[in-house]
This record gives sequence, C-alpha cells and structure tokens, in this order.
Amino acid sequence: MHWSRKLISRLLRYAIVISTLLMLWKSLILATNCSQPILVVLSGGYSFHNLGDLLFVTNYPADSIRAGDVVVFRIEGRFIPIVHRVIRVHEREDGYVKFLTKGDGNSVDDRGLYSVGQLWLEREQIVGKVKGYFPYLGLFIILLSNLPLLDRLLLRVVT
Amino acid sequence: MHSFLSRLNTLFAFTISVLAALTLGVFISTYFEQYHGTVSISANKPIVKHMTDFSANRKKNDLGVLQLNMDMDLNPLFDWNVKQLFLYLTAEYVTPSNSLNQVVLWDKIIERGENAQLNIRDMATKYYFWDDGDHLRSNNVTLTLAWNIISNAGRLLHVRADGSSSFIFPGEYVTSRGKNSGRE
Repeated sequence: MHWSRKLISRLLRYAIVISTLLMLWKSLILATNCSQPILVVLSGGYSFHNLGDLLFVTNYPADSIRAGDVVVFRIEGRFIPIVHRVIRVHEREDGYVKFLTKGDGNSVDDRGLYSVGQLWLEREQIVGKVKGYFPYLGLFIILLSNLPLLDRLLLRVVT
Repeated sequence: MHSFLSRLNTLFAFTISVLAALTLGVFISTYFEQYHGTVSISANKPIVKHMTDFSANRKKNDLGVLQLNMDMDLNPLFDWNVKQLFLYLTAEYVTPSNSLNQVVLWDKIIERGENAQLNIRDMATKYYFWDDGDHLRSNNVTLTLAWNIISNAGRLLHVRADGSSSFIFPGEYVTSRGKNSGRE
C-alpha cells in the first residue's frame, strides 16, 4: 500500500476513536442535563472528598435542590466550580429560589467565596447535584492536567 | 519477555483491575439498600429575636433560638460500603413572603467505627436560625433529621429519618436590654 494511504487510514482510525468518545461525552451531558456530569476533585479540604475522586453530577430541573444536598456551583468569573452543601433554601411563590452553601469542614458559610455583594446563590449558578462518587479514578486526569494546554479541557472541581 | 519491568507492569495492571472489580462489587452489593432509621427529636424553649443580621443584608431579620433534644441509634446503618454518615437537622417552615424555607440547624459527621448512638439533651443549635425576613413569630416549624450516606463507591444517598417533630414559635419577640443591641 502506498504510504499516504496507510497514513490516511491510521488518521481515520484515530478520528473515529476520538469522535466516538466525544459523542459519548456529549450524550452524557444530554442525559444528565448537566454541563459537567463528571468532575475530578482537586483539593482535599472536604471531609469525604479526597484528591482524585470522581463525582457524578446531574441537573434535572424537576429534581429540586433542598437543604442538605451537595451541589456543584460556579461563581461568576471563576473557572473552577466548587462542591459544597446547601444549608439554607428560600423559595418564593413565583418560583424564584435562593440558596446558601457551606463546606462540611468549614465553620462559616460560603458568603466569603461568592462575588462581592452576593449573599445568595441562584439556580443558574448551580451546575448540578452530586449523585455518586468513585474514589481515586481521577488521579490520572490530575496528572494530565499538569500539561499546560490540556488544563482548560479537563473537568476539575475544588471542594 | 520476563524482565523485571514487564513483570512489575503486569502485576500493577492486575492489581488495578482487581481493585476496580472489588470497588464495583462493593457498589453493586449495596445499591438497593435503603438505610432507613427512626429518631426522636424535640425542641425546647423556642423564642424569636429581631436583630440585625451582619452576615447577610444588614437589615433586621428574625432570629430563632431553641434547644434540641435528640435520640437515635444509627449503628445498624453502617455496612461495608458506608464510610461516613453526615447527619443534618433541617427546620422547614412557610412564610408569607417565601412558600418554602429550609434552614440547617445542626450537623454532625459520624465516621465508621465511632459510636453512632446519640442521646442529646438541651443542645443549642450549631447554626443561627435566621429567617429571610421577619416572619418567625407564631410560625409552625417542622424539624427533620436526615443523613447523607457517604460510601466507599456509589450513590450519594440522602435519607430522611422517620420521626420528625414540629413546634410553634411564640407570638412575641424577646427583647434584650436595648432594641439596638445587635448580635449577642
């Protein structure tokens, strides 16, 4: 076979693998209704989340967020989302709801983490609820994230 | 083909596979477990204060103060997949401005191996019971205990205990020496 044919066939095989993975990932995003359905824990400050653990997140609108739920949220202007527990919920008749969160190991709530002047979290800032957990699997991703370009692609979260 | 490194590589891959299979086994074997339990909760001496909430909007909101009694035995909940129990007590109530309010008043972490039988008397709430507004007077509040099962691998399950209780706040504020004495 001509060398160019071999090259093209190899490239096509790689392309198939990559596009299949990408399709699986996007389907997972659709199935969970969440922009980041799997996250890797970056910092080990939380009681049960250790470095490298995988978190499975969903974001169904009918699955309302109540006190005690562990949620993933993102503050405006910050790239890495935070995983903490909801400690206060106030919902109005018209459906507008606001939340306050706090890390399990912290003695103060997260108001110091929110943007300046922000006292409550709103539904749009919440990426989803943590539904499941698998230990250690994410350590490989953390090792990869030390490569400068891959940084932005990888799904990490701080606790 | 039987160099030291290739043997090490095979050993490593095998170890990882076995660990993964074990973890999956642990997950599947406890997937259908319900983790129910019964607790007994009551509140003593509930009062309402009206004070400035410096941690929030600097306006005067209602602050509920009460003491808790709780009895529970959660030792049966710890199976081989339960690493930790995160207990939290939620107060739920309705106000004219908000159709649903939930405030976590107390939480506790119980690790596997620790004694999971609690008999608590006259304990102050761990967190302040601030309302988003001033509607705690004469309000009927329901206290529910729930736990979060933290497993070695698997779902993060929230289970509400049987045995919630309610109480009603008094209809008048309790004032301390001066109305503007701020947080005590």
